[in-house]
Amino acid sequence: MSTAATEVRPPRGRLAAAGKYTVLGVAALLTLAPVVWTLITALTPSNIDTNETEFGLGAFADVFNQIPILLYTWNSALVTLLIAAGQMLTAAMAGYVFARFDFTGKRILFGAILATMMVPMQVTIVPVFMLIRGMGLADTLLALIVPMIPTAFGTFLMRQYFMGLPPELAEAAQIDGAGPWKIFFGVYLPLATPGLAIVGILAFNYHWNEFFRPLILTISEQNFTLPLGLVTLQGNLGTGSVATVLAGVILSMIPAALVFVFGQKPLREGLTAGISK
Amino acid sequence: MTTQTTPTTRAVVLPSGVVPAGTPERPRRQRGSRLLIWVFLAPTLIGLGLFSFVPIIGSFVLAFFRWDIISAPEFIGVGNFVDLAANPTVRVSFLNTIGFVVVAVTVQLAVALLLAILVQSRMPEWLRTFFRSALFFPLVLSAASVSLVMAYLFNQEFGLVNEFLGLFGVGNIGWLTTGFGAKVVVLLVYVWQNFGFTFLLFIGGLAAIPREVYEASSLDGAHGWSQFRNVTLPLVSPTMLVASVMAIISALQIFDQPYVLTRGGPGDETRTAVMVIYESAFQQLDFGLASAIGIVLTLLIMLVTAAQFQLSKRFVFYG
Repeated sequence: MSTAATEVRPPRGRLAAAGKYTVLGVAALLTLAPVVWTLITALTPSNIDTNETEFGLGAFADVFNQIPILLYTWNSALVTLLIAAGQMLTAAMAGYVFARFDFTGKRILFGAILATMMVPMQVTIVPVFMLIRGMGLADTLLALIVPMIPTAFGTFLMRQYFMGLPPELAEAAQIDGAGPWKIFFGVYLPLATPGLAIVGILAFNYHWNEFFRPLILTISEQNFTLPLGLVTLQGNLGTGSVATVLAGVILSMIPAALVFVFGQKPLREGLTAGISK
Repeated sequence: MTTQTTPTTRAVVLPSGVVPAGTPERPRRQRGSRLLIWVFLAPTLIGLGLFSFVPIIGSFVLAFFRWDIISAPEFIGVGNFVDLAANPTVRVSFLNTIGFVVVAVTVQLAVALLLAILVQSRMPEWLRTFFRSALFFPLVLSAASVSLVMAYLFNQEFGLVNEFLGLFGVGNIGWLTTGFGAKVVVLLVYVWQNFGFTFLLFIGGLAAIPREVYEASSLDGAHGWSQFRNVTLPLVSPTMLVASVMAIISALQIFDQPYVLTRGGPGDETRTAVMVIYESAFQQLDFGLASAIGIVLTLLIMLVTAAQFQLSKRFVFYG
């Protein structure tokens, strides 16, 4: 592959290569340009008096002045991290049981768990909303967190992961006198870290960006998450202060960008996991 | 894209490092493991039971009642289904959704396949990494934030898109204020953010095609289009099936983009099925109608998925 550059190609091949890079280049430009434009616009707010744009962090300061963005960030972080942690733990436990034990009703239970993935969340949101109200959790952050902790997809992923680990490890630990709890927490759970990372990063990516559920399940502004808070900010400002809204968007993108930089591999693997060849 | 909509198939490719359980599963009953089994299963079973199974049944039951949350629910049989069939807004929203799915998924699959083939072709490794990362980046952003940004870009008076088109003498287009313009923008914004997922699937599918197949077909004189038509396309068709099923399921649930960009307008031009569920339930407090619409949407999803797997028997090539 690396020899491609030294190869002498016929003109037709060179033309094809030029076409290929043009198409890919335009696609990459169209993908990145809106993000770059957002950053530039956020950094060049227009002065109200002179109506001239000037470079500066003024728009970012405005975000902090005009909406409780620290509160929204805190809410988003709390919701996202607790869901991610909760999913990692419950999925690891359930996945482990489905991978390593035999018991009556195992197949039916696992099938039932997978079946819950078929019905979209938007369809069940009305009964979920009522359940939440009935539990006295209406308009709390717990309403966003609790229903999302049990995860069918995460359980499936962790089951596959534990099935890939050698069963002999349990036998060896058993001979050393370890009980079933010790075998899970001491032997298998540490080995499943890459699988847990996938479950955690998928949960983070999905719930950090989530809009539909917070829109329905939270009412007071003090419980808003970032995406909801930003849409509200835009609604309040109208189209008047573009830079301020975009500064908020940039701030909300930071954690997602960090995940992209540091967790791209598990994210890619997680997104495409469970897909047939 | 959401974990909720991921269909599971029996044939599973695992994240690297995970070995499929090809070796016979050897579950052992360890001493004292009975307690562990049920303690470990309890959070998932109780949680999914309460927040998935009960709501699914609840939705189904509620679809046969009239309920505004304040007064007692009243059984009205198939009344809600009759209402939704007669309700012009509901009808338009479903038509919008179906039209959107057809165009968006076609564009998404075509663009993703083209770019995946190009990215997987011969090029320096760093360049490949750059293109792959850049094209997949929008996936980590929030649809709501992206829509906010795009609303500014497509703004009729000061948006960059009209400014750019103006350079070529194209007049001011009312992107978000005309029915056709709004539809186009919702579609572009949705595809912009979601094609990266399909693109990733195709990269996986293309990477699985053995190099020798291409070499052999080249020796037989196949190049360019004929190679694509007779080698790549059949070999990538299983991925195409999965990608299209997932893209359709996810597109049928579109909400964030039209909600933020247009609130469904102008008129009902960009109203979608999920928007009507949201509005019936949480604005008009007609929870029965909302549930009935949800049931219809679920049936639509199941029908489309089943049809695709049927069609795939004829068109998908499993080497």
